[in-house]
Amino acid sequence: MATYLEFIQQNEERDGVRFSWNVWPSSRLEATRMVVPLACLLTPLKERPDLPPVQYEPVLCSRPTCKAILNPLCQVDYRAKLWACNFCFQRNQFPPAYTGISEVNQPAELMPQFSTIEYVIQRGAQSPLIFLYVVDTCLEEDDLQALKESLQMSLSLLPPDALVGLITFGRMVQVHELSCEGISKSYVFRGTKDLTAKQIQDMLGLTKPAMPMQQARPGPPQEHPFVSSRFLQPVHKIDMNLTDLLGELQRDPWPVTQGKRPLRSTGVALSIAVGLLEGTFPNTGARIMLFTGGPPTQGPGMVVGDELKVPIRSWHDIEKDNARFMKKATKHYEMLANRTATNGHCIDIYACALDQTGLLEMKCCANLTGGHMVMGDSFNTSLFKQTFQRIFSKDFNGDFRMAFGATLEVKTSRELKVAGAIGPCVSLNVKGPCVSENELGVGGTNQWKICGLDPTSTLGIYFEVVNQHNAPVPQGGRGAIQFVTQYQHSSTQRRIRVTTIARNWADAQSQLRHIEAAFDQEAAAVLMARLGVFRAESEEGPDVLRWLDRQLIRLCQKFGQYNKEDPTSFRLSDSFSLYPQFMFHLRRSPFLQVFNNSPDESSYYRHHFARQDLTQSLIMIQPILYSYSFHGPPEPVLLDSSSILADRILLMDTFFQIVIYLGETIAQWRKAGYQDMPEYENFKHLLQAPLDDAQEILQARFPMPRYINTEHGGSQARFLLSKVNPSQTHNNLYAWGQETGAPILTDDVSLQVFMDHLKKLAVSSAC
Amino acid sequence: MTGETKWGCTHNERQPVSSTCAAIWAAPACLPRVSSIQLWWATRVHSPHHSLWSLQWPSTRLSANISPRFPGSQPFGSVPLTPVVSQPTVLQPYGPPPTSAQVTAQLAGMQISGAVAPALPPVGLGYGSPASLASASGSFPNPGLYGSYPQGQAPPLSQAQGHLGAQPPQRSAPPQASTFTSPASGGPRMPSMTGPFLPGQGFGGPSLSQPNHVSSPPPQALPPGTQMTGPPGPPPPMHSSQQPGYQLQQNGSFGPARGPQPNYGSPYPGAPTFGSQPGPPQPLPPKRLDPDAIPSPQLNELPPQQKTRHRIDPDAIPSPIQVIEDDRNNRGSEPFVTGVRGQVPPLVTTNFLVKDQGNASPRYIRCTSYNIPCTSDMAKQAQVPLAAVIKPLARLPPEEVSPYVVDHGESGPLRCNRCKAYMCPFMQFIEGGRRFQCCFCSCINDVPPQYFQHLDHTGKRVDAYDRPELSLGSYEFLATVDYCKNNKFPSPPAFIFMIDVSYNAIRSGLVRLLCEELKSLLDFLPREGGTEESAIRVGFVTYNKVLHFYNVKSSLAQPQMMVVSDVADMFVPLLDGFLVNVSESRAVITSLLDQIPEMFADTRETETVFAPVIQAGMEALKAAECAGKLFLFHTSLPIAEAPGKLKNRDDRKLINTDKEKTLFQPQTGAYQTLAKECVAQGCCVDLFLFPNQYVDVATLSVVPQLTGGSVYKYACFQVENDQERFLSDLRRDVQKVVGFDAVMRVRTSTGIRAVDFFGAFYMSNTTDVELAGLDGDKTVTVEFKHDDRLNEESGALLQCALLYTSCAGQRRLRIHNLALNCCTQLADLYRNCETDTLINYMAKFAYRGVLNSPVKTVRDTLITQCAQILACYRKNCASPSSAGQLILPECMKLLPVYLNCVLKSDVLQPGAEVTTDDRAYVRQLVTSMDVAETNVFFYPRLLPLTKSPIESATEPPAVRASEERLSNGDIYLLENGLNLFLWVGASVQQGVVQSLFNVSSFSQITSGLSVLPVLDNPLSKKVRGLIDSLRAQRSRYMKLIVVKQEDKLEMLFKHFLVEDKSLSGGASYVDFLCHMHKEIRQLLS
Repeated sequence: MATYLEFIQQNEERDGVRFSWNVWPSSRLEATRMVVPLACLLTPLKERPDLPPVQYEPVLCSRPTCKAILNPLCQVDYRAKLWACNFCFQRNQFPPAYTGISEVNQPAELMPQFSTIEYVIQRGAQSPLIFLYVVDTCLEEDDLQALKESLQMSLSLLPPDALVGLITFGRMVQVHELSCEGISKSYVFRGTKDLTAKQIQDMLGLTKPAMPMQQARPGPPQEHPFVSSRFLQPVHKIDMNLTDLLGELQRDPWPVTQGKRPLRSTGVALSIAVGLLEGTFPNTGARIMLFTGGPPTQGPGMVVGDELKVPIRSWHDIEKDNARFMKKATKHYEMLANRTATNGHCIDIYACALDQTGLLEMKCCANLTGGHMVMGDSFNTSLFKQTFQRIFSKDFNGDFRMAFGATLEVKTSRELKVAGAIGPCVSLNVKGPCVSENELGVGGTNQWKICGLDPTSTLGIYFEVVNQHNAPVPQGGRGAIQFVTQYQHSSTQRRIRVTTIARNWADAQSQLRHIEAAFDQEAAAVLMARLGVFRAESEEGPDVLRWLDRQLIRLCQKFGQYNKEDPTSFRLSDSFSLYPQFMFHLRRSPFLQVFNNSPDESSYYRHHFARQDLTQSLIMIQPILYSYSFHGPPEPVLLDSSSILADRILLMDTFFQIVIYLGETIAQWRKAGYQDMPEYENFKHLLQAPLDDAQEILQARFPMPRYINTEHGGSQARFLLSKVNPSQTHNNLYAWGQETGAPILTDDVSLQVFMDHLKKLAVSSAC
Repeated sequence: MTGETKWGCTHNERQPVSSTCAAIWAAPACLPRVSSIQLWWATRVHSPHHSLWSLQWPSTRLSANISPRFPGSQPFGSVPLTPVVSQPTVLQPYGPPPTSAQVTAQLAGMQISGAVAPALPPVGLGYGSPASLASASGSFPNPGLYGSYPQGQAPPLSQAQGHLGAQPPQRSAPPQASTFTSPASGGPRMPSMTGPFLPGQGFGGPSLSQPNHVSSPPPQALPPGTQMTGPPGPPPPMHSSQQPGYQLQQNGSFGPARGPQPNYGSPYPGAPTFGSQPGPPQPLPPKRLDPDAIPSPQLNELPPQQKTRHRIDPDAIPSPIQVIEDDRNNRGSEPFVTGVRGQVPPLVTTNFLVKDQGNASPRYIRCTSYNIPCTSDMAKQAQVPLAAVIKPLARLPPEEVSPYVVDHGESGPLRCNRCKAYMCPFMQFIEGGRRFQCCFCSCINDVPPQYFQHLDHTGKRVDAYDRPELSLGSYEFLATVDYCKNNKFPSPPAFIFMIDVSYNAIRSGLVRLLCEELKSLLDFLPREGGTEESAIRVGFVTYNKVLHFYNVKSSLAQPQMMVVSDVADMFVPLLDGFLVNVSESRAVITSLLDQIPEMFADTRETETVFAPVIQAGMEALKAAECAGKLFLFHTSLPIAEAPGKLKNRDDRKLINTDKEKTLFQPQTGAYQTLAKECVAQGCCVDLFLFPNQYVDVATLSVVPQLTGGSVYKYACFQVENDQERFLSDLRRDVQKVVGFDAVMRVRTSTGIRAVDFFGAFYMSNTTDVELAGLDGDKTVTVEFKHDDRLNEESGALLQCALLYTSCAGQRRLRIHNLALNCCTQLADLYRNCETDTLINYMAKFAYRGVLNSPVKTVRDTLITQCAQILACYRKNCASPSSAGQLILPECMKLLPVYLNCVLKSDVLQPGAEVTTDDRAYVRQLVTSMDVAETNVFFYPRLLPLTKSPIESATEPPAVRASEERLSNGDIYLLENGLNLFLWVGASVQQGVVQSLFNVSSFSQITSGLSVLPVLDNPLSKKVRGLIDSLRAQRSRYMKLIVVKQEDKLEMLFKHFLVEDKSLSGGASYVDFLCHMHKEIRQLLS
């Protein structure tokens, strides 16, 4: 049998699932002693070029409380044309279409390689995708110009039958009517007044067509396009109109006096966007794309006043409870996010400004609806432009890499219950029999709504083993979990993707080794990190760190090999060996450390951390460092200050930043211009190599990372210095007595110190 | 004869101060039996220079008349009272029109003073009604009765015939006259009049004449205790207590015949604009309108005693026409030079030039009196309101120069340090010119060095004549930045056009018409001086239930529409591009105006908002930091859910109840609040209404009223019919020069002070009149009261200072100064009054009164005040004479007739067809009318068209507004500043019909025609020319209505014959005069 590593990888590739434990402790008690919960990272729409969707509907278990979908794990009686549900053991008749079924003639869903399968639902009206641009006009001229160009460009990327709408805002909010000839019309709203969805629809005249509708009776399908037609139009129809409209878009004309921020009504604009879609296209795939160049400064959802002399809140202010508008604004955006989620729409936030833009308050809009959050310095940067372009990238089939209005349902076999999920989702509050009372993340349900998702969107799903210790699972028993994701494909089809997995149960007392070996420390690190970040949103930073530390210590106590009170004897098996290091870097990461980050940045980082897949998440936790030198091919090196050497070029990928760092000597060479001399062409190649590699990463990543090219002593070098393990600091530089590496001016503990402490605590019997 | 001649002869002679005019028309008690009442000239009146016109009945006669049972009544009937009858000479007028000289001479002896000495007797005069004095006198003691005589009292047939004999040449017998027709012709038709002896009825309510006089004190005083020698016998003096008696008498013949009020209620089908027309009284016998009905057989059937009634001769009572004509003739030729203090200017109806020599032209200021009592006691005694009607930005005829602009440099206009009065010709320079004493408060001020100038030997500054502020009555100062809002020079004002695009507006064609017109009209925005281009910026808004703003920035290829649906919380969605310069954005504006009618062509939206629209305009001006004007074109009651939403509260049942005032009051206070904000922003609102039904003008006009704007109303607007009128009004309104964001302050000499103000403006304190906008048509009436003694020597000074922003955005102060005399003798006061101004004040006072008091109370107040004024004169200024005489001061002899017109105006006495909206509309219109406008509004001009030769270039002389004056062979024009009628007599010559209407006969003339065909003949040209010139004189376009005699539209027309009894119950002139006399006598006794 393959190693667990291979098994894990295989599973991930096939099902998009990675479990913290791949062999499950068979009782509740043992499970809790494992410290790291039984959980998985699920990428519901993982790209599977090899998986063509089947063009029929799934077969459901007939038990109303179960409704699990027929899968390869089910027992099938080919003669009786019966199948037994592997979750509730209900015996079900195959539907008439399956009469020809036999051992040799199996439908796809029964084949083991189709543990993940996608169905296309033919029923129901297909509604076009909707893109509603919400554009801030309080921008600098060139910023606005760049944004307009990006938007115009995006029109050509949209599916031609997609509906688009445009809302612009500054001091006022304008909803542009796109259908009109001649005069361009827009409905204007005051930016300071919160309106209910009903009011918004009234004012936009969306409720009025009730009359014409009665006249032209034939059914509601006609009503929808009619109602919406004025504000949301198929791209192919109003392409020119909208391009012109965007072209004529002016900066907000209201004067901004010296010492003031422009009045920006982001809160109302979003509210209107939400209300507009709510009234016209509930439960249809729609993206509200908010482009903002600064903080909301008036009306509901305002984050900062318009006086420039009062700076926008910092973590310091928040800690001291000094952020006047934060709570109210957050509440406003949360309310909007929840409404949007209910309607199945998602909100993207593209915030480009040098200062903060209020992402902290607005984050829930993207977080709860599965929207994107992009943060940049200006719309006139490639960071924004390419990121934005990448939203409309297409997959191998030519379909957009986006899906809408998904619901994820998790079914478990009896020994398991669902404790919660962490990711870009909201609870649907469905209390099934497999819902645990203990919540981890968003719990209390076994269904979640994910309004917007893409092939990399990944949720952490947490389970609880409920099997009692005294009622063991039969030998060789397997626990099964089925993930059912219904969503609107970008081709507007409704689809259902079903992933059914099973893992072996093991008795933790007798088979601890098995369990230990099947530990996926990477997944576990990410899942624990998600729990930590989830907690950090609501708890004080130090508490979260303490909790993480305790979990780590307990894990080491449980799985480490050591003699009591002898730190030097402490050992961890291979499957755990990296875990403490991940935790060390996690503790230093911006997800948990707010020092040096603005509240907006923290929100931004956390947003992405909660939705990226395992690999990306790991990069975020522990950035990758490559070293380039004349001594050999590029090699990954320790993320440690000792790796910073004068004759090396370093390439660091933190997910959010790509840093190329030239060592002191290299930098001097370059300054001397050796790369331009033909005889030093190899130096030129050396300089070029990391750039090429960086480009490769830049091409693939969403959102575009910040690209930093720096050198020894450069101010931007701080990005690197703040990430590496401070093994050499100004405190211990001479004590170590080494010449290599670069000292980091920090009081942070280094990994070595951290590990020493950990060992000490793990072996101590005190805790 | 000297004295008589003096006043009787000509009015030319009236000017000399020494001339005396007095007319006393009296029947001495001794005369009775024979010629029951006699008229003669009183040769002298105690004080010179005022003509008296007096009416006197011997009380004995009265009583006799009143009570038919009284044996003495018989003789009365036989003797007509008119001079005509009693004196042979009087017959003259019946004959062919005598030359003026003749008439004057002849009449001199017996005619009523100035009132009747016509240079050219009105045409109608001759055929006029031999009003029987007897009847008049009969009514006299009977309050509420006069004006109405039962048939029974018609003079004996013979008498009537006598009259008729005189009339034949012209068949325009007075039959039409409703109330005061001659006994002969009128008698038979009597039913139209309230039974004279209907006192019971009259008081009870149905009598039409009654309402006017209800308030009059009971004449009881007369018979019993007065000095009158009335026979004690049948104390007819009446009053309700008398009712039974009369009733007895009346019941038989009249009680039932007299239609009760409800009969008048039948709605008149005519145009609502004129809805005030009372309906025809049902009980009218068919004969009534028959022009040929002269004597009626009915007469014979009348009981003999009833034939004895005689009536006052309408020709014998003061005639407005005559007064106007006289003044025109006497004063129209010479320029009016304002150098003399306290000079009474010519009448408003007279064309004259003004030379400013230190006092403001009467075009700017007119006063009720140019001689003010020195003490408040005197003023109280006289009861003459002291008021000035000020039109600060009045337009001047081209011959007169508009006020010079004076720049006093950075320090701003020179003012008195204490009272802040501005430098004016009356300031006294002393100490060699180093100081000046304020003429208002006597404070001594230093003359700033840069303003210093030496004095000449008379103490006058050497440069007095170089400086307008030292030599003229009216001039302007350039204001410094201190006079500006926020200490910032204003930006040029803006016009915002706000167009209702609801279903009604689209359907009537209004929107298309308006947009089309605006395209060209925008080239004619007001500009200042010689500037090429108007500085005014324009903006556009359309609305129904929501508002649409338009971005018409010049850089745009197409206008952009911005819809604001949040009407509850109005705001301006854009700043840049909303208000634009017309020439820069012309292409975009044209494109917009082309598209507006298209865009809303299919609208089904019927609901509109109103307050948010004004709010939006105001906010837009606020955002642009400028003053300006909103032009609102609105069609319907704003019932859409929004602030200022209104409900239909029209309720005719409230009329004549204590709650009637609520019809004039705004429905909600929201509009006042809004108006206040508008005023603060200098946002003037002009409202054009196009209602098909009730729109609550009372509420909608609140903002225009308080912001100095105008309201125009076009009921049931149809493009075909009303296009010209609307466009003409619109053009005028858009083009007229306006001052914005104005504050007016009236300063006066110590002793009097401005206490009350009337007009279209807002006041946040008691002294400053705030006008968001003020145009050349708007007038502010200011009332003064004493707070101390005035000095006869120094007189009284008024200084009206208006701070405003010109249409080019320049901040200026316009100053008008006026010096008045002060008197210690009441007679001086009465000699220097101006009735037209008085009526202007009284009308405004009354029209404001209806907001707070029942209409009846308001009318009573007016009557009482008028009676007090006249009584005071009678008591203190007229020569001692019998109390039975009615003596009117020369200057006020028209007061009764004009006052009667005010009393019977639609606001104070609505007819059945007058809608609530019409009344509210008129009410607010009058509030800012000037003297000329009120004059013609209350007493319309009636011009005979075919009387004078076609060749004559001058306007034909007007005739008195009475049906009696109409001859059925003639065509008349009637105008009152708002309405214009062309009345065609039934027997007009065919040739005239042909040349005017291009149809062959009278019957083919389309009734209600509003445009005369353009025909190439002298008559047509002349009439059309006349109509055009009349229209040019008025601030609003008057739509022509052709009325045929005896057509149903005629009722509408008759409403404007104000000397007649009106169908809504308004008294006839004669009746009212009698009533007035009675009131006066009551006061005197």
